[in-house]
Amino acid sequence: MMREVPGKGEHLTPYRACVGCGEVIALGLIQRAAGEDTIAVGATGCAEVFSTPYPKTSWRIPYIHVAFENAAAVASGVEAALSKLDKKTNVIAIAGDGGTFDIGFQALSGAVERGHNFCYICLENGAYMNTGIQRSGATPKYATTTTTPKGDLRWKKPMPAIIAAHKNVYVATANIAYPEDLIAKIKKGLEFKGPSYIQIFCPCVPGWGYAANKTMDIAKLAVASRVNVLYEIENSVLKINEDPKKIPVKDYLKLQARFKHLNEKQITEIQAHVDEEWNSLHKQ
Amino acid sequence: MKKIEECSKAIAEAVKLAKPGVIAAYPITPQTHIVEALADFVGNKELDSEYINVESEHSAMSACVGAQATGVRTFTATCSQGLSLMNEILFIASGLRLPIVMAVANRALSAPISIWNDQSDSIAARDSGWIQLYAEDSQEAFDTMIQAYKIAEKCSLPVMVCVDGFTLSHVYEPVNVLTQQEVDKFLPKYNPKIKLDPKNPVTFGSIADPSCYMEFKKEQHEAMLDSIKVIKQINEDFKKQFKRSYGDGLIETYNIEAKKIFVAMGSVCGTIRELIDKNKEYGLIKIKSFRPFPFNELKEVVKDKELIVIDKDISFGAGGALAIELKNISTNVKSVIAGLGGRDITIDKLKKAAEKGGWLL
Repeated sequence: MMREVPGKGEHLTPYRACVGCGEVIALGLIQRAAGEDTIAVGATGCAEVFSTPYPKTSWRIPYIHVAFENAAAVASGVEAALSKLDKKTNVIAIAGDGGTFDIGFQALSGAVERGHNFCYICLENGAYMNTGIQRSGATPKYATTTTTPKGDLRWKKPMPAIIAAHKNVYVATANIAYPEDLIAKIKKGLEFKGPSYIQIFCPCVPGWGYAANKTMDIAKLAVASRVNVLYEIENSVLKINEDPKKIPVKDYLKLQARFKHLNEKQITEIQAHVDEEWNSLHKQ
Repeated sequence: MKKIEECSKAIAEAVKLAKPGVIAAYPITPQTHIVEALADFVGNKELDSEYINVESEHSAMSACVGAQATGVRTFTATCSQGLSLMNEILFIASGLRLPIVMAVANRALSAPISIWNDQSDSIAARDSGWIQLYAEDSQEAFDTMIQAYKIAEKCSLPVMVCVDGFTLSHVYEPVNVLTQQEVDKFLPKYNPKIKLDPKNPVTFGSIADPSCYMEFKKEQHEAMLDSIKVIKQINEDFKKQFKRSYGDGLIETYNIEAKKIFVAMGSVCGTIRELIDKNKEYGLIKIKSFRPFPFNELKEVVKDKELIVIDKDISFGAGGALAIELKNISTNVKSVIAGLGGRDITIDKLKKAAEKGGWLL
């Protein structure tokens, strides 16, 4: 059944991204959700590079890119200025997982702790894709990257839980294959009085190694296999939004070159970890 | 109104009179008294600003960039390690042509860690595209702060106002504090043409490929050179309105008829004036503007003088930063490295420096 994606505005403005880029889909949905009365702050990364080649821009709303690690701090300043000017304009900050989990972690924690009224969006694709697929704190265990050629050795950093621990923050995970859920969460984040953190799962064609027409399939499989659990945390209460009929994690992993070296033992370990995470989220 | 107050407080009063919309502050000795005084003003509702207690200097400058781009005046203050930490964003603030104003309470850089004064911190930020103005005393710090907003906004360039940590930032002396009415007459309301505004969306901070990057940098350099005229004009305007001025706004001279001329920046100029008052064989050129560097203005006064250049900084492997600049326009430069990490510069030491040059240990 076809359903129209809610919200107004161009879904996909022209971008110079890779074919099949998950982030492009996310950016379109974010802009539809936030609407025109919005200022966007972008961290350095793929989304910034492919959307702002001077003198052109893909942005139809005001946009500022400053540096890699400071989107949350810049957004703090934008929000404070709007408050001084007595304007109700939405403020969104957009960064990749490197700019969020790693180098931007301090600025994000500071801005959330201070309670700025803004929505921080992490486009999660599990590595530094813009610089050529290097490992980040969001890289899944055993995934190969150019700096973990034999596969990463650690589970990814539990960012949503860390941000939720700041209290008085709306936290949600989202996925580009679930546009209605994604849009609803951005809207909720923007309506929330205080900071919100939304982590959007964005498959990456060159980084993950799959066919460019399979982005949505991969995104859906991530949810179906419970690798990417869609949930939200409001007033410290966690709610799981999608309870899919579970498929084995192997069905998600096998389509991606970054996991092609996995042996059965490693797949079993990942499956056990996914189950454990799911159970632990369910208990909260 | 004449008040006896700490230089840091005088700077805060000047900032208050400029009415910034957003202040982002992270504490570092000896800058703290400036941001504490501003926090009091905001707390007492004497100043209607958004005051952000950021978690680092890097975020302080980042928040200022975001706020200034949204269309309000901003302020932050720092020094030493804090200035080094925000170094990355200094270049972006100037590259985005945002007229941010910052106070620097000059302090030495680690290692070894030192909380005491020298000017290595701001000198290390020399090439960041910020106008750098150095004040000698509290009155000059206050006046320069007010002028800084006007200069910054006229040139679309950020300005740092540097005062020597402790030796000036913590000194109590009489300061003539202007009234709000007087400052409002001098400093027009901030009304940027380009800002983050949903009614007229623009993109700040694009990626520039090799076909256009250089043009941005050339424009920035030209704006910096053009700021020389603006700084002079604003010094003149200030003089007309308040009957105070500092040379031509870029350099100031004292007993320039003498043969041996000290060249220096900041509070040490006070000590040099004291020496000159006792011994007329010396004169002084005070450099108020280190960036833009007033080569032409200096050429006219330097001529055949014997220059004793006092640097409270060291560019390792090259020498004192100020001396390096002076060597562009004079062959008679005696370079003196002095006052690093708060080492006292006395009149006797200055006399020694005038004879021998080198390191004033």
